[in-house]
Amino acid sequence: MRPPIIAESAIIVGAEAEDWRAAVRLAGRALTLSGAARPGYADEMIRMIDEHGPYVVIAPGLALAHARPGPDVLADGLAVVTLATPVSFGHPHNDPVSVVLGLAIKSADTHIETVAELANVFNDSSAIARLAAAVSVAEVLEIMGSST
Amino acid sequence: MKIVAICGAGIGSSGILKINAERVLKRLGLEADVTAAHLSSLSSDVADAQVVLTSAEFVDAIGPTNADVIVIENYFDTGELALKLEAALS
Repeated sequence: MRPPIIAESAIIVGAEAEDWRAAVRLAGRALTLSGAARPGYADEMIRMIDEHGPYVVIAPGLALAHARPGPDVLADGLAVVTLATPVSFGHPHNDPVSVVLGLAIKSADTHIETVAELANVFNDSSAIARLAAAVSVAEVLEIMGSST
Repeated sequence: MKIVAICGAGIGSSGILKINAERVLKRLGLEADVTAAHLSSLSSDVADAQVVLTSAEFVDAIGPTNADVIVIENYFDTGELALKLEAALS
């Protein structure tokens, strides 16, 4: 088994964010805290949404913020930010968002294993609601399947 | 048969579409080569694809194509993927 890419320091539970930009910025900060990305990665994730629209809201209540592999990515990493108050990304079907994931990927070639893990977690349709309701980092880790 | 999953970065969301499309195709007993791509690598990837999986935001950017462009709303809903893939491939 490869080590899970989610670190305890990349989890923020019950955060306050005034809008989607603030929420994505929190995911960027969590990736920086855990050593996966430089601070500039948050701006890159926001730029992807400014450029392409709210497509990162890939399921009801869930955004998968990410940018391309690049110099701001230091290691593969996943941040999980749950919001005290859901925010709108302007998505036609999947707003409001209460769980923001931040994904940093070093190389596109190897990222499929990582997203396969995400699919394993979120293909269970109850996972997003359980994450949104989680009150501790340990609980988030357990839902994400990374508990030891 | 070739299927291309498209997002803005070519990682992350298109990767999830690829993984789940492969799982659904296996369940449906269908064979296909599924790749994840981003918008700027589009023309070469889409040229010989039968199906493009993506979000509503990218439909205009994909432009005219012979492929069936399928818009997925919930990337983790394999039921939605199965219904839409089956409809496109039958």
